Amino acid sequence: MRLLPCGDAAVLAELDDLDAVLDLYGALLETPQPGVVDVVPAASTLLVRFDPSKTDVGTVARTLRSTRPRGGSSRPEHAPVEIPVRYDGDDLPDVARLTGLPEAEVVDLHTSVEWTVAFVGFAPGFGYLVGGDERLHVSRRDDPRTRVPTGSVGLAGPFSGVYPRDSPGGWQLIGRTDAVLWDLDRDPPALLVPGARVRFRDVG
Amino acid sequence: MKALAVEQAGPATTVQDLGRPGLARLGVGESGAVDRRSLRLANRLLGNAEDAAGLEVTLGGLAVRARGDLLVSVTGAVGPLSVDDRGAAGNSVVALPDATVLTVGAPAAGLRSYVAVRGGIDVPPVLGSRATDVMSGLGPPPVEQGAVLPVGPSPGDWPVVDLAAVPAPPDDEVELRVVTGPRDDWFTPAAVESLLQASYEVTSDSNRVGMRLQGPALDRAVDDELPSEGVVRGALQVPSGGQPVLFLADHPVTGGYPVIAVVVADDVDRVGQARPGQHLRFRRVQGKGFS
Repeated sequence: MRLLPCGDAAVLAELDDLDAVLDLYGALLETPQPGVVDVVPAASTLLVRFDPSKTDVGTVARTLRSTRPRGGSSRPEHAPVEIPVRYDGDDLPDVARLTGLPEAEVVDLHTSVEWTVAFVGFAPGFGYLVGGDERLHVSRRDDPRTRVPTGSVGLAGPFSGVYPRDSPGGWQLIGRTDAVLWDLDRDPPALLVPGARVRFRDVG
Repeated sequence: MKALAVEQAGPATTVQDLGRPGLARLGVGESGAVDRRSLRLANRLLGNAEDAAGLEVTLGGLAVRARGDLLVSVTGAVGPLSVDDRGAAGNSVVALPDATVLTVGAPAAGLRSYVAVRGGIDVPPVLGSRATDVMSGLGPPPVEQGAVLPVGPSPGDWPVVDLAAVPAPPDDEVELRVVTGPRDDWFTPAAVESLLQASYEVTSDSNRVGMRLQGPALDRAVDDELPSEGVVRGALQVPSGGQPVLFLADHPVTGGYPVIAVVVADDVDRVGQARPGQHLRFRRVQGKGFS
């Protein structure tokens, strides 16, 4: 683990891979540290934001170094979140062309694996899902849309994701779901939280 | 019920408190007042809890009519203030009797005025905060003409001072302390030197999310694409053009461009008062050790 300075109220921990990030993230969530305000996982880093009036960077750094992640196998096992999708997205033909796969095969590859929420960003409840087949890796659209409708299921680079609400966006849209990704009356409001496993189901 | 009825909203007025920390892992930014110190002061003057919600008024233009007898305070960038046609002082406790109108004019220096009311603005909280996050859309809508903002019950504490001595925001160069990193090693040594030696102008492409700066381009030593990583308020992120963006209260939770340095938390309040055309200078302070 490499610790990088991030102002006077945060530390950025650089880890080997997403598994290491999620393990450390899980361990820190399980044992909240005094003065730690936010723990933000990303692809290969964990940002730890703290209140400098309650703790200091040395204490946070020691905590990070001494935290023993319990390892993926003992991460709390929840059943995967199932997301029903109608695979009729506007970019499905483009994705088929870019990948050289028939559209049915794109759908097959998207539904046949278990995805993992690597991190949440861009918008509240927007999970970046990883674990997809490499053949599905496609670049973003050259011309981002000014409005992507709520529930759109997309691909971009190694990620898949679902737009929790109408927003601008550049992902390749392959389908749409009625699942509610963001609900302020739910705790937590995000359906997809870091570390959660996800399966997409084709509902025609 | 006590309330503030908005007769003129001004160009960019929002309800703000100290935000919703602790939810970044769900993609929810902290938001809250850009100049937190000024909002805290406005609340303390009135005996409110420091995190009570008030109004963040950018470049004045606000007129609010009291429903019920109210006490208010205005801090931060203080321009001409009046209650009906009588002048009022900033950084002080101001009586706003029922049916009178508080007007907050554009400040001569600084950008954001904070209007607190005894009891706090009591719009419904969203995820524990009444802050409007202009990027995610969480919280109450931006304040518009015709809005009626309810005022909460008065706190048990009474104001202990009726005037606070605080300097006006600077109208010339603003010096800010930065800790270099976390990705200073993605830039050429000359770029880091430029950041610390040159001055950077605040451009008009600035809002609650961040301020776009203009100055010597910050060249990269590493051309790879940075995997998205968590970013903080005060981060100086450098997109591909080499001109830095300084993140403020409504910044994105993660970013895919390297952060060359981060402004220390206390100084982010001050930079939130810098107007387009003002220049910033960055002075390096040591990050505390990790040993």
